[in-house]
Amino acid sequence: MTFINYASREINCKIVYYGPGLGGKTTNLQFIYDSTAQQAKGKLISLATETDRTLFFDFLPLDLGTVRGFKTRFHLYTVPGQVFYDASRKLILKGVDGVVFVADSQRERMDANVESLFNLELNLKQHGYDLTKLPYVLQLNKRDLPNVVAVDELKAELIRRDEPIFEAVAFRGVGVFDTLKAVAKQVLMELRKNSGG
Amino acid sequence: MAAPVVMYEEEYGQLKNVITRLCADANAKFVFLVDKNGQQIAAHGEMLNLDTTSLASLTAGNVAATDGLAHLIGEQGFPVLSHEGERDNIHISIVANRVILVVIFDERSSLGLVRLRVKRATAEMNAIFEAIDRKVDREREMGFALDSPFAEITEEDIDALFS
Repeated sequence: MTFINYASREINCKIVYYGPGLGGKTTNLQFIYDSTAQQAKGKLISLATETDRTLFFDFLPLDLGTVRGFKTRFHLYTVPGQVFYDASRKLILKGVDGVVFVADSQRERMDANVESLFNLELNLKQHGYDLTKLPYVLQLNKRDLPNVVAVDELKAELIRRDEPIFEAVAFRGVGVFDTLKAVAKQVLMELRKNSGG
Repeated sequence: MAAPVVMYEEEYGQLKNVITRLCADANAKFVFLVDKNGQQIAAHGEMLNLDTTSLASLTAGNVAATDGLAHLIGEQGFPVLSHEGERDNIHISIVANRVILVVIFDERSSLGLVRLRVKRATAEMNAIFEAIDRKVDREREMGFALDSPFAEITEEDIDALFS
């Protein structure tokens, strides 16, 4: 839920990266953190297990600059992707303004992608959101691996409406910022639409 | 998309006064107001180098997780949380059902004093948030957002953010 502070002239929006376990959600945030100038980012918080699997969430605050005199900040969150962390995923989705679904392009993860996407729709619905109306981007990650599903086949299985789709190799940064820009733009355009602009 | 949460200058000033007074009256090191979605609202205290953005996000996550636990055992929620450290302690409470009040204190204060002062400050802040709600409702009735930064935003403005 966007937060507008007229006193400090700040706009804060929340974007959640969702997807199956080990799909590349945290990798997206890590790349964004590593590539962003010091003055434009806060600390990357990762609440993870000893084996570096996301336990609760990752959090990265980004300062995108000023629009109409308001400092525009995006708070990026990832959810834990492993199936049994559903209760935590529900909590992290609360107040979301935009969602990125990070799909794992490997053939053996196809079922996990479908299950995770279904889980996203369900959890959003429980918060009163509709995935077909929320700012949303689909990222097809791990395109560099040899056992990946063809893009057309992935789209056929995972596309939900006319959402922007980006191919990515997150650990190298391919597609990471394109994805972020697309979802951030959707969030801001949606805010403009809702303010009567 | 849900309507944005809004903080106006006048009410922000009032909230800042309340937490400044709370900090002094409770002998606290730091008082912090966070919205339940993890956005920082206002802060006052002597911990100048504190990473308040991370504090806001982690506090909201803490409260959200604890609320989840509460529902599991049939409780509505746990409106007060307290963490005791070796040197510093944290008192977390919910205000107006949507804002989290965080008080960090050390041996110069006590849990009892903090709870007492928080109770009074909470009543004051509840009234301020009610005023904000009334303002937002009035704007909605009139069909526009007061001085909304989004009303005139253009695609070029947005593209410029990413250039």
